[in-house]
Order: sequence, then structure tokens, then C-alpha cells
Amino acid sequence: MSAKMIEVRWHGRGGQGAKTAALLFAEAVLATGKYIQAFPEYGPERMGAPVQSFNRISENPITIHSGVTNPNFVVILDPTLIESVAVTEGIGKEGKVIVNTSFPSQDIAKQLGIDASQVYVVNASQIAKETIGKDYPNTPLLGALVKVIGNLDINHVLEDTKAKLAVKFRHKPEVIEGNLSSIKRAYDEVKN
Amino acid sequence: MIKTVYPKGKIAAKTGNEVMAEAMRQIEPDVVAAYPITPATEIVQIFSQFVADGIVKSEYVAVESEHSAMSATIAASAAGARAMTGTSSQGLALMWEMLYIASGLRLPIVMAEVNRALSAPINIHGDQSDTMGARDSGWIQIYSENSQEAYDNMIQATKIAEKAKLPTLVTTDGFIISHCMEVVETYPDADVKAFVGEYKPERYLLDIKKPYTLGSIDLQDYYFEHRYQLAQAMKDSQNVILEVAKDFEKTFGRKYDMYEKYKLDDAELAIVVIGSTAGTAKVVVDALREKGVKAGLLKIRVYRPFPAEMIAKDLANVKAIAVMDRADSCSGTFAPVYSDVVAALYSAGFTVPKVVNYVYGLGGREINTEHITQVYDTLGKIASGKEKPFAGIEYINVRIK
Repeated sequence: MSAKMIEVRWHGRGGQGAKTAALLFAEAVLATGKYIQAFPEYGPERMGAPVQSFNRISENPITIHSGVTNPNFVVILDPTLIESVAVTEGIGKEGKVIVNTSFPSQDIAKQLGIDASQVYVVNASQIAKETIGKDYPNTPLLGALVKVIGNLDINHVLEDTKAKLAVKFRHKPEVIEGNLSSIKRAYDEVKN
Repeated sequence: MIKTVYPKGKIAAKTGNEVMAEAMRQIEPDVVAAYPITPATEIVQIFSQFVADGIVKSEYVAVESEHSAMSATIAASAAGARAMTGTSSQGLALMWEMLYIASGLRLPIVMAEVNRALSAPINIHGDQSDTMGARDSGWIQIYSENSQEAYDNMIQATKIAEKAKLPTLVTTDGFIISHCMEVVETYPDADVKAFVGEYKPERYLLDIKKPYTLGSIDLQDYYFEHRYQLAQAMKDSQNVILEVAKDFEKTFGRKYDMYEKYKLDDAELAIVVIGSTAGTAKVVVDALREKGVKAGLLKIRVYRPFPAEMIAKDLANVKAIAVMDRADSCSGTFAPVYSDVVAALYSAGFTVPKVVNYVYGLGGREINTEHITQVYDTLGKIASGKEKPFAGIEYINVRIK
């Protein structure tokens, strides 16, 4: 993998929005002027079953079309997946994991069996409940991922997401505000 | 910001399916007949939404099977309409007998096809078994490496089909491209419409001033001549495809050919491949070039008609070639693309390159840069004489024992 390419793997459960998160994230990153890919891993589609989706981000056109095996960032929508899915596979010593949890990163690191410096935590479910009104952790986790990646402009991401949601929820403007503030809050609250 | 190639182009994030449906929306054919659920893809489902929303004026015929989808498309085309459909996998298999009728009647139908495996066992993922099976059906076959090519190929296909009077299908690799969102440049509706132009069939069944018969019985007396003409039309369509590509480049700025040569001109080792794996292989070629290995790639875009003479010339000086097939013909010998490439070389009198055959990725099995690097490693050993070219097919990333 070229040094400049960033690869992301999302872990969620069917119905939690892991695929939507990857697609939204890709569109938002495109708004910052980078090349993107977003693709889900298709298996049996069942509510609650473990699912994965992927992103690639690069300054240059992306021609590679194989699966992501060594992600730089892993985002875990449901912390119970840590027990049953090899969520840290392929991340090496440098990869970073972002977990939707109320526990501190030291506890999660122990559970994952990796160094605490590689683990970031944010209570995305709580943020979603307070801002959107429902447990949709995927939207706030976009903000957390943008923060942890570091070189992406959160304002571009917010503007693009606002424009997308404005089309989708033109009859429910309150939904837009909730989603945007969930991204912003997770961006501010995600911590090592 | 990512710059557009066409000054009036627009950069967007779209999946292969979305972008093929987008091309269909812009072309706005008179008739689309399709079966918009599995085994078809989202393409016709998205298009049917355009129809329901009144965005396009196309007549949409929701049929009860893929066989009927092709039958209705044939009828519409024969009547004089610009007609399209879309399918995938088992759907294409069910269209089978009608594919031959579309080409035999010389109807310029365009089909958006997503390459997916054939049952059994049941599988929904990407491989090229479906269209490879239809390679002798008299349809022009254009394959796409990515979403941009799928979009551009759909626009070109409309013109190609109508000029060559041959049905034309455009494919993407199932899931790998069809469901992958990536950066695509689209062109304004008016510019796409201007490029494809108005469809003016020379003859059509609803032209009551010039009545004619289509699809009549044709026995020992004329059948052979008509099939000969079909084969000739396929051969001649190469010029049409290249002319349309030239027009397309002049209009929108993107260059297309029968195939793409990637660092092939001075290559000693080369892979011949179709579809999305070409993109992955380009990454490997770049890495090998940095190490001083003269690796190259030939990506076939148009597989039917097969550009045999051109390909033979471009591969004549390569020492070792691996033809990678994403379909197996179960022939007991070789897979389809290998047979065509070797026949092309041999008939042109080029017997220097050592050519081996790999089959990969059936049913969506992973093919990554490591697998492709191993192929080039083997080619290196064959080129230097350390290893003899293997006979038969080597299967990549499969558990054999």
C-alpha cells in the first residue's frame, strides 16, 4: 500500500449503518478534495449479524480494487463485537481503533490486547441519543474518525453532510441539526 | 479539489450501479424493459425510479422474467425504438436464446450488465462467467475497470450499437465495482444527449411506408449468408468502436481504445486481464517498475470483437505473458481469454512469448496485490528460463488439496 493511502474498516451489526457510514464518510472526504472508495462486505444480510465496510482515501486516483486487509483505522460501532470478531486483524503496531463505548481507552485496550496508544473512545450511542434522539452511532463516529485521522477539515465534512441531509430530510430540518451536532460533538469528545 | 477532464464535467461519488443508471437517464432511451429484482442489480431499479419520478420519458416495461426482458427489448428495438435493458448472472443466462435473436436480427440494443457468478453453488459475487458464456452470441462486449469507464462505456455503447447495428453490452465487475462508491466525473445531460444523437433507424417494423419482414424462416438457402454477415459486422465493428472512441475523446477528453496498454511498450513480463483486477495489477506494475523489473499490463476493454491482430503485435516482444481469466470454460484445457490471446499470437506468427493461463476470483474470491506479485514472479522465472511455462491452468488463491 502506498504511504499516502489511508484505509479504514468499519465493524457494525446489520441495521446499525456501517455501510451508510462508509458511504457518508467517502462523500464527505471527497468534499475535502481527496480521492475516495467506499464498499461494503456483502454477506447474508441479517439484522444484528456482524458486518464490515471499508474506505480508501488518497491524494491520487485509486486504482486498487482488492479488499482492505491492513487498515490504518478501524471503527467499531458495537463494542460487543470485540468478543466475537477479530476487529484488530491486520492493524499492526500503528493502526488505530475507534470504539463506541462509555469505558476508558485503557480498559478497551486490555480487552483488545493492543497498546492503549492505539485506542480511541467516544460514547457515540449516548451522543446520538442526545442529539438525534435515537441510537444511531454511525453519524457521530464520522466526526470521531475525522478527528483521529487528523488531516481532514471537519468544516468541509460538516458542510457536505449538511448539504446531503438537506436534500434527504427537507421536510424534517430538525433531523439535520441533530446529525450535524452529533458529528461535531463526537469530533470534540473522542479521546485516547 | 479534484479537477474535471471535461470543463463542464461534475465530480461526484457514485457506485458502478448508480453511474450506469445515470448514463441511462441521460441517454433517455425510448424503451427500457427489465426485471428489476434479483438476479438483476440496482441499475434497473434506480432507472425505474427515474421513470416513476417523471425524470425520464422512457417507456418502462416491468416484465416477469429476464427472458421476457430481452424479448420485450428486441420487440421495441425491432419496432424502431432505442431500447435498453440491464441484467446480471442468472438473468443473463435466462436471456440466452434471445441474445442470439437480438444479434441475428441486427438490433442495436444496449445492455448494462454486472458480471457475477453463475449457480450452482449459489453465489452472488463477482466473476465473468456470465458474459464469457455469451461471448459467441454476436454481442459486442465492452468491459469496465471502474465506475468512470462504466459510465463512459455506456455512452459510447449507444453510438457503437447503432452504427454497427449490433447489440452491445457494457459490464462492471459485480460488487467490486457495481457496489463500490468511487470518484466519477459525469457530463451535463445536454452534452451526453448531443453526443449520442437522435436514433434514426434505417428500417423498422413500424415504418408503414417501407414494410419489411423481420425474423422469418431462413433455411439452407440464406441462413449461412446471414450468419456470415453477422460475423463480418462484428469484425467491421472494430472500426466503429475506434471511431466512436475518437469522437468521445474529442468531446469529453477521455481516451479509449480496444484495450489499454499500461507500461507495456518495453515490458518483458506482462499480464493480460479484463476488468477491475487491471486496476489492482497497475499498483503491482508500478511497484515492480520501481525495482527495475520491466513489468507491463494489457487490459482488454473490448473483448468482442476481439482485437486479435493489434494485441498480437503489442505482445510480440514480451518474453513471458500471463493471461488471467475470471471465468473457467471447463473445457479440460484453457480458459476463454487465454485461448483467444494465444490464437492471436500464433496466427500472426509470433511464437517467442511464453504464455501461461491463470484462473482467479471465481465467485468473488479475493485477488490482491500479493497474488498478482506472485504471478509476475513466476513470469520472471519463465522469462529467464529458470522455470518452464506450466501447462494447463494454474488456479490462484484456491484450496485444491
